[in-house]
Amino acid sequence: MELQTIWFFLWGLLWAVFFLTDGFDFGIGILYPFAGKTDRDKRVMLNAKGPLWDGNEVWLITAGGVTFAAFPKVYATMFSSLYTPLMLILFALIFRGVALHFRGKIESPGWKKTWDTLIFIGSFFPALLFGVAFANIFAGIPFDDQGLYHGNTFKLLNPYGLLGGVLFVLLFMLHGANWMTIKATGELRDRFAEIAAKIWMVLVPVAVIFLIASFFATSLYDNYIKSPALFLVIFVAVAALLSARYFTAQKAWFSAWFASALTIMGCTFFGICGLYPALFPSSMDPAWTLTAMNASSSPLTLKIMLVVVSIFIPLVIAYQTWSYHLFKDPVSDEDLDMDEAY
Amino acid sequence: MDPVFLSRLQFAAATMFHFLFVPLTLGLSILIAYMETKYAWSGDKNYLRMTKFWGKLFLINFALGVVTGITLEFQFGTNWSRYSEYVGDVFGSLLAIEASAAFFLESTFIGIWIFGWKKLSAKAHAIVMWLVAFAGNFSAVWILLANGFMQNPVGYDIRNGRAELTDFLAVITNKHGLLEIIHVVPASLLLGAFFVMGISAYHLLKKQHTEVFLKSFRIALVVGLVSSLVVGLTGDMHGVNVSKTQPAKLAAMESHWETTAQAPIIMFAIPDEEQEKNKIEIGSIPGLLSFLGFHDFNAEVVGLRDIPKEDRPPVLPTFIGFRTMVGLGTLFILLMIYGWFRRDKLLESPNFLRIMMFAIPLPYIAMEMGWVVSEVGRQPWIVYNLMRTADAVSPIAGSQVMVSLTAFILVYGLLGAVGFYLIAKSVKEGPEAATA
Repeated sequence: MELQTIWFFLWGLLWAVFFLTDGFDFGIGILYPFAGKTDRDKRVMLNAKGPLWDGNEVWLITAGGVTFAAFPKVYATMFSSLYTPLMLILFALIFRGVALHFRGKIESPGWKKTWDTLIFIGSFFPALLFGVAFANIFAGIPFDDQGLYHGNTFKLLNPYGLLGGVLFVLLFMLHGANWMTIKATGELRDRFAEIAAKIWMVLVPVAVIFLIASFFATSLYDNYIKSPALFLVIFVAVAALLSARYFTAQKAWFSAWFASALTIMGCTFFGICGLYPALFPSSMDPAWTLTAMNASSSPLTLKIMLVVVSIFIPLVIAYQTWSYHLFKDPVSDEDLDMDEAY
Repeated sequence: MDPVFLSRLQFAAATMFHFLFVPLTLGLSILIAYMETKYAWSGDKNYLRMTKFWGKLFLINFALGVVTGITLEFQFGTNWSRYSEYVGDVFGSLLAIEASAAFFLESTFIGIWIFGWKKLSAKAHAIVMWLVAFAGNFSAVWILLANGFMQNPVGYDIRNGRAELTDFLAVITNKHGLLEIIHVVPASLLLGAFFVMGISAYHLLKKQHTEVFLKSFRIALVVGLVSSLVVGLTGDMHGVNVSKTQPAKLAAMESHWETTAQAPIIMFAIPDEEQEKNKIEIGSIPGLLSFLGFHDFNAEVVGLRDIPKEDRPPVLPTFIGFRTMVGLGTLFILLMIYGWFRRDKLLESPNFLRIMMFAIPLPYIAMEMGWVVSEVGRQPWIVYNLMRTADAVSPIAGSQVMVSLTAFILVYGLLGAVGFYLIAKSVKEGPEAATA
């Protein structure tokens, strides 16, 4: 396989892993004001992701860094075109990060309420905006051969873009609820199992509509028609989504979480496989589309970076797996009593 | 509204704010790792109290450092897309390596450190802190190598209308980058040491928790003494290198207008960039600039007048920045030497303790000024002699940048205030009570 093709799929993989890890953090943050009835409930939710979210967020930094290193022209055009939505995401992430660390520092209802609001904002908007951004990328972005953007932020909020946003929000909510069934106990766990089942009922039709809408709004399916074996990706995503519901009913919490993780992977790769070789399609003229071939770094940089990620990404996966394993048990009262707990 | 000017302001604001937290993260993490190691291997509970107390302050600071760092990585793309396209082949990989090799390690293990007190043995927990400390500093290495490329581009060829990597080894052994590393990393340790000494002094003056704060102070004193000397030494090495590779920066650092041999250092001056001279000059020491820049009293030093106007950096901030940094650096060495002789009589030295308490902000000022010298002094280039800052900006509307810049200032201002309040509150509360 060509270097650029390898990098294209690595690029997709990094985004997919970001969505599947930080995705449940976002989901918990979105469910937070609705599912957390007491302060204890809320603290269980925060401490359920407490040890992990910092590391999860770095997948975003790495996806950004790798875009810069492997496809500098995409990095430049994508982030300057999507200036305002990206800034909104970044500010939301600032609020989320600070809120998680600071909420428990002072025992005052007003203080906690402020950070609670920011935890929701800092989770909901990134989830929504990432969905809107990626759906718009699937459909094509109005930029010219100079990388000059000819749209505005409101044009991103078109029906297909918003549908992508809603899909992401629901996927992350399901994924977050599934993580909470692992980390909560008793009545709270049952509550999240119910929530997961309810979200699933909404998610399934939205996912189906998204798959159909993609046929009309994008040219993602061209690749699928060319190589029908790719339909396997959609099949896996759908199968994973169906089994998520089954595992929740079976009270197989870990399996349910893996299933929603796989669903997110599948959804991301549905888009990635459809885009190939385009990373950032221009809706103004297909000739201006940035692809893995015309927007990549030099072969030397791609080779060096391939060596770097082949060493470090497996290493990261290894120690993050260890960390997940270390914190796999439900949040206990003893955990909540620790000084350091959120 | 000029997107170049606004984007520069935004990047400066974001970087300088980020850099209020990073040095403490780098320096204090090492001190905490040392304290926790002492606890894990000796079982002395006072070291545990130290670890927990400094750890609490560390985490508040860490949170702000992380969230303000994320925006920086993306600003190259949002505001400096021409730059990113032009040098991304070389520069991007350094940022990607930083994330995958260092930042992942730091962020994953900080979570384990915060929440893992009961899940890991004391020794394993201490090792986790060492990993955090290593990763943070390793992260700085890659960022400084990236900055080193902007200061002194090496290992590339201009091909396909952009700078393409030809020699990766040259990029990661770039002299300018390495000098920055051996200057900034010890400076962070110095800042961490001053932070610990200053806060310890506050409690020692009140004669409370002395068993925790005497120990803390003494550990930090050793670290502060050594690092202040290393910072001075590597600063000198750095200066000599800048003299050779960035003559315009050197001339601006000293507000030096005429090319002369035996160039003087002027103690006090007010530069006049219009008239191309100094309005006022007081206290000139002949030959000293030649000596400091080239280790030769007779060396010729190029003056700003012999550098085309469009290639000159802004003189005033570079000049003031350099003077403040060097003045403070000298003060740090003197304070640490004095402190070394008072190390066993700290409680009987209230004046020294008071000075150290009020000295907490000084290393922060010195480090920010160091960045001003380095970055403003590099102008008008974004990559020295290769790409001008004015050519690097994204094709975006100034109004867009105005909005985000305003948001940055508001949000960061608020966060800074909250962070300061929380740190001050935790400092006042002091460590947890001693248990038998």
